[in-house]
Amino acid sequence: MEKFYKHEGIVAPLDRANVDTDQIIPKQFLKRIERTGFGEYAFFDWRYLEDGVLNPDFILNKPKYKNATILVSGKNFGSGSSREHAPWALFEMGFKVIIAPSFADIFRNNCMQNGLLTITLDISMVDQIMANSIKENNYLIKVNLEEQSIKDDYGFTSKFNIDPFRKECLIEGFDDIDLSFKLQDKIEKFESNRISRW
Amino acid sequence: MGKTMFEKIWNEHIVSESEGEPALIYIDLHLIHEVTSPQAFEGLRLQNRSVRRPELTISTVDHNIPTDETRDQEIKDPIARQQVEALRENCRDFGITLYDVDNSSQGIVHVIGPEQGYTQPGMTIVCGDSHTSTHGAFGALAFGIGTSEVEHVLATQTLRQYKPKTMQIDFIGEIPLGVSAKDMILATIGKIGTAGGTGHVIEYTGAPIKSLNMEGRMTICNMSIEAGARAGMISADETTFKWMKGRKFVPKGTEYDKVLEKWGTYKTDEDAIYDSKVQIDCNELEPYVSWGTNPGQVCKISDYVPYPEDFEDQVDKESASRAIDYMGLKSGTKIQDIKIDRAFIGSCTNARLDDLREAAKLVKGKKVSNHVRAQVMPGSTLTKILAEKEGLDSIFIEAGFEWRNSGCSMCLGMNPDILSPEERCASTSNRNFEGRQGKGGRTHLVSPTMAAAAAIEGTFVDVRNWGIE
Repeated sequence: MEKFYKHEGIVAPLDRANVDTDQIIPKQFLKRIERTGFGEYAFFDWRYLEDGVLNPDFILNKPKYKNATILVSGKNFGSGSSREHAPWALFEMGFKVIIAPSFADIFRNNCMQNGLLTITLDISMVDQIMANSIKENNYLIKVNLEEQSIKDDYGFTSKFNIDPFRKECLIEGFDDIDLSFKLQDKIEKFESNRISRW
Repeated sequence: MGKTMFEKIWNEHIVSESEGEPALIYIDLHLIHEVTSPQAFEGLRLQNRSVRRPELTISTVDHNIPTDETRDQEIKDPIARQQVEALRENCRDFGITLYDVDNSSQGIVHVIGPEQGYTQPGMTIVCGDSHTSTHGAFGALAFGIGTSEVEHVLATQTLRQYKPKTMQIDFIGEIPLGVSAKDMILATIGKIGTAGGTGHVIEYTGAPIKSLNMEGRMTICNMSIEAGARAGMISADETTFKWMKGRKFVPKGTEYDKVLEKWGTYKTDEDAIYDSKVQIDCNELEPYVSWGTNPGQVCKISDYVPYPEDFEDQVDKESASRAIDYMGLKSGTKIQDIKIDRAFIGSCTNARLDDLREAAKLVKGKKVSNHVRAQVMPGSTLTKILAEKEGLDSIFIEAGFEWRNSGCSMCLGMNPDILSPEERCASTSNRNFEGRQGKGGRTHLVSPTMAAAAAIEGTFVDVRNWGIE
């Protein structure tokens, strides 16, 4: 997994609540057997018109957000299907951080497995970031995972919570499976006491 | 202090835990399908890792496969075909049981697990699919995971998880005639919202829950994820044991008596405390229909499409406005005046034998409206066989329904079964997200009887007035 320590990037607003993973990556693109190749299909139904041309009305298609790497959105982001293709698609689209008032559990877990940082902030702060990203050009935010802080150049600053285990995994780029292999003896012990089910 | 059913199962499965870290829990049953597993196997191969306990992973093809007569041929879509073939190769290479398209045990993964008797009380069950919560109907802890976690389970037979909180959803009162388990869960999601259960495992309790058969209980647990919950559970009882007895992978003879005693212990103690509690009064329930683009946007059959300004919260107002626009509806329209183009009876929510029986009862001797295309996709090949033995297929076919083969099908439209733009569908599935059943398609979530009745009338109708016994 790619290490995550600090990140500075342009913020793009997606001002909707309950953005589900069917919107992030529609089902017709889930047929690939690789972890890559999903970025161009992210938000497909919103992002493209019938003829495959970029929809100029979709906010993420606006030129000012072309190089955005931080996405800010409404509550319950990533709800619905467990498809990990959603964080893969967002990551490939260029996003490294997603800020929202709340996230769906499975989506959040999936992001953490892929070095994509999800930050939960109070809705008033999310609204402020959203408003700034609409008002300003090249609105930048600095995220520091070590310090668990985010700030902009206009006086906005906030701390955010993240559990220490996931924080360390992101900073060190740990592979969960490697970590669990270190507990192999405990797994074996558990199995020796376990009753077979069928 | 007593323990909840969830805590008992959780505690029994802890392999390792230390302060400030997610616990490592053992997984008893891992289900896989073609869509969310290929990258996990690829990961194993890249790291030269093996599958720790191949006999604890069960596999089937359900998302991509056609439900029409082309089912036995090669899948036309080359990318979908490659994905199914990748699963075949992975199962062969790693020694995993696969119920392939030509096997009578094939079906939607959350239908075949219980049907074959793999799903048992007290188990931990995971699958790269959010509707894994279905299996909680048997008093198991079952939840959906992502592909990286699928890889973790394959490699270690364990999973790293923070202990979720617990929520009790207690049903009181009596279930009115014509109201089904689907209506109970749609009403619940309508009440607590699509994020109401986030971070929680829900336990459904109360006499109305215990009065439901296993199909109904599975419908309820299945849609726990639509309330944002990690899992949904119902403790096992006589109804559960009776349903399970004799199934292929359920222990037999004296072994059965032994497990039965153990299974009976997975119950919440009287003095256990849940982190939160919600109460639903069944006396207030009616058949429900979703009007919007998330499963919390529902109303009663006697209601009207809401006005966005009816909602207090600004975010809900905006969501409602966008949803009504997408759905091509007008606020104030009577739900029973909404005309449909399609009806879909299927999915891991509502395509089990009893679901089909209930729908067939309503359909018998009637004809599908001439502007509706109606389809039934049984949840598994075995369900289809059993339904045909009872003659349910002829009832549906004579009424003008298409009687198809099993698969996820139009619930998510990964195979060729999709809605066209602006087509409106009465669907027994679980998600009414924008484009879920096909780009521009308009999904209304309902129970099997409500979908069947709508197919015949051409509009939504109140099945309570349709004289169900």
